Amino acid sequence: MPMDEIALDHHDDAHDHKPGFFRRWFLSTNHKDIGTLYLIFSLCAGIVGYTLSGLIRWELAEPGIGPMLWIVEHFQGVQGDAAITHAKHFYNTVITYHGLIMIFFMVMPALIGGFGNWMVPLMIGAPDMAFPRMNNISFWLTVGGFVLACISMTVPGNSAGNGFGGGWVLYPPLSSTTGHPGPAMDLLILSLHTAGIASILGAINFIVTILNMRAPGMTMHKMPLFAWGVLVTAVLLLLALPVLAGALTMLLTDRNFGSQFFNPAGGGDPVMFQHLFWFFGHPEVYIMILPAFGIVSHIVSTFSKKPIFGYLGMAYAMVSIGVIGFVVWAHHMYTVGMNVDLKAYFIAATMVIAVPTGIKIFSWIATMWGGSIDFKVPMLWAIGFIFLFTVGGVTGVVLANAGIDHALHDTYYVVAHFHYVLSLGAVFGLFAGWYYWFEKMFGIKYNGMIGGLHFWLMFVGSNVLFFPQHFLGLQGMPRRYIDYADGFHTWHLVSSFGYVITLAATLVFFIGLAEAMIRRRKGVANPWGEGATTLEWTLPSPPPFHQYNELPHVTNKGGH
Amino acid sequence: MRHFFAALCASILAAPAFAATPVDGALGFQPAATRIAERIHFFHDDYVMWIITAITIFVSLLLVWVMVRYNRKANPVSRKFSHNSLIEVIWTVVPALILVAIAGLSFPNLYYQDVVPNLEKIQTESAALLADGKSAEYERYTKNYFPDAAAKGFVNVKAQGNQWNWTYSYPDIVDADGFALEFVSNGIHKGTAADPADSDVRPRNLAVDYPMVIPAGRYVRYYTAAADVIHSWTVPAFGVKTDAVPGRLNEGWFLVDEPGVYYGQCSELCGVDHAYMPIEVRVVPQDQFDAWAQLMLAGDYDAAAASVRTMAALEPSTQLAANH
Repeated sequence: MPMDEIALDHHDDAHDHKPGFFRRWFLSTNHKDIGTLYLIFSLCAGIVGYTLSGLIRWELAEPGIGPMLWIVEHFQGVQGDAAITHAKHFYNTVITYHGLIMIFFMVMPALIGGFGNWMVPLMIGAPDMAFPRMNNISFWLTVGGFVLACISMTVPGNSAGNGFGGGWVLYPPLSSTTGHPGPAMDLLILSLHTAGIASILGAINFIVTILNMRAPGMTMHKMPLFAWGVLVTAVLLLLALPVLAGALTMLLTDRNFGSQFFNPAGGGDPVMFQHLFWFFGHPEVYIMILPAFGIVSHIVSTFSKKPIFGYLGMAYAMVSIGVIGFVVWAHHMYTVGMNVDLKAYFIAATMVIAVPTGIKIFSWIATMWGGSIDFKVPMLWAIGFIFLFTVGGVTGVVLANAGIDHALHDTYYVVAHFHYVLSLGAVFGLFAGWYYWFEKMFGIKYNGMIGGLHFWLMFVGSNVLFFPQHFLGLQGMPRRYIDYADGFHTWHLVSSFGYVITLAATLVFFIGLAEAMIRRRKGVANPWGEGATTLEWTLPSPPPFHQYNELPHVTNKGGH
Repeated sequence: MRHFFAALCASILAAPAFAATPVDGALGFQPAATRIAERIHFFHDDYVMWIITAITIFVSLLLVWVMVRYNRKANPVSRKFSHNSLIEVIWTVVPALILVAIAGLSFPNLYYQDVVPNLEKIQTESAALLADGKSAEYERYTKNYFPDAAAKGFVNVKAQGNQWNWTYSYPDIVDADGFALEFVSNGIHKGTAADPADSDVRPRNLAVDYPMVIPAGRYVRYYTAAADVIHSWTVPAFGVKTDAVPGRLNEGWFLVDEPGVYYGQCSELCGVDHAYMPIEVRVVPQDQFDAWAQLMLAGDYDAAAASVRTMAALEPSTQLAANH
């Protein structure tokens, strides 16, 4: 595009001229609109993923096969012993799609696509993302990936029914034609390829934007920590996702074109898939948590009315978590039959990650130390995050020890651990960001009482849900079981009861959202006062369709 | 919390149980039946657990303190500091030291359980200790290594995972024609209406028709393999878990002193009946094991299975009830 055209475009939109509905929401190139679309999308995907987890907890509340059988009999019309087989397979698909949807279509789109798109340009003083149209492609490819995943649930997986029931890790031979000859797995591969391309494009966009489009005076070392978090996340995505794409492509050709990458009969090795998968999969868990780290940093600083403690340490802790995150993958595979010295290496490397993570926890507390803390709703979520992430972190140190992991691998202890860091970590970070920026994004105020109630119900509910799962795991309850020995009943029942509490919390969340939308209390530019120092609070709420027509100059302290 | 630890301690201090089944409402590991599991339980319950509990309580207290002392009412004007090099060095170095302390116990544990022991070396080393009159060292040595058992050599068993049962083979137990003992072990519950009722002898989702049987007090070297997809062979009370991967032969070891029945469940998602391919290991005295092997070789599987069930008059639940 010639320069004068750019200038002309810019001039056109300068007076907050918004395109029509279709152009604005379906052909959008505006980072704030795309951010909103991502948030709406992940809300929808989150409802699907959360419903699936409800099915899991419903089934596991009592031993035996109950609700799954009922669903299969009533909705798939299968009866008798075949219904039992279908119910077992259906359960496996439920846990599989719960994991995939929550990771790829809820947490990632919300934290990176949603808040990243919305806030990174605002925080670094940029008018928009570097590649606005690529941004649009990223979003719609993510939607496409989700649609493909949903279709995959409804087409044959194997003789036991529809959908892929091999867990989100997609290990062959269960995911090759041996375990799932049907098209469900092929569609799932396509879905993840699509979502992966979307994430890679998004990652490129964030890296270019953050490296090149910071406002004059905003050096890397003055950049807000959320932008740091998204930058590190984007680099991880860029390096990790192609490896997943490679593994998936190899799986695809194994399934359809006679290659033998993962087939031992043809000289391949299923364990190679696990190495490739976890080379992506471990950075992936940091991809989900690093943006939340950034959000929590801003909230803690804002409501303590203090600058973030140890800013550089915080930024480089994220960088080092990202770097080390690439050399620890095989701690997911301790039982696979690895050489013992290799296990020893992965123990050491994995435990090292606890050091930068500890720096972050302590720096957040030090930020609060000496502050004047306001317990507004976002701050509740942020403090909840710090506590729960600590619990999830220390059980991670336990699992890092291969000697213990041999006992706990593939048990509910692992389920409890990663839900503490993700369901209670990433999701609490997500809600913290939601309440922190809600007024900024949508220009209306939410009801603080409802937000507080949402927090407390969620805090209690998710702890009741996940804490007992540690006990189950220690007793030996294996993961991905539709039915269990009777000795596991009590804690499963308690866990399911916890889900009901989170269900109430989720209803309160939607009530709060509806209340805010109906009442439409007008938001102000900066509802949080002196502690909110990043650039987005200098703009009106909601910000104009195009902001920073004149770039802000960052003089002294900048963002953090 | 105290209750939690009391239960944890009870579960490890308890005498080795004769059966290992999950216990409703339990908070910790199933009772240890092998030295491997004892070491895991010590490492977890008496070491790492204390460290992580202390860290969690420490962080929680700090959080409570800042919330009480530095809230808006207690401290209306915030201070503005944002650096303190000393404290930053401390909270980098101290966690690193804690991790070194954990690793110090982690590595010996890992190598102990992961490396199949060299039985000749155990015999010569223990004999050397005795010959030198180092009885204290010998005591310590024989806590982890068992010269008597080592003298008898390994019992070899292969567990092959199939969709959805286990095939056990004993390469050293051969019939007159030289064929090794090999049989399929099916779970007796499948989640259907035809399932037999739960009982102490046949706990639901844990009991099998023909269990894996091993002699008590012998070094067992087990191999895992898979016919179709990946499975994982584990017995929680033994502290062992090894994936059964197509195209690979993985190995591990354990030694169980106490005769009894020990249960495990497939621990790698393997398809529809993943939850219905349990592992049942009956540990019996050597003579009973030999008799069982002869019956199996003769093809009388039911008589063989019955012969190892009789010892389980000392059944699971009563024993465990006493322990908890």
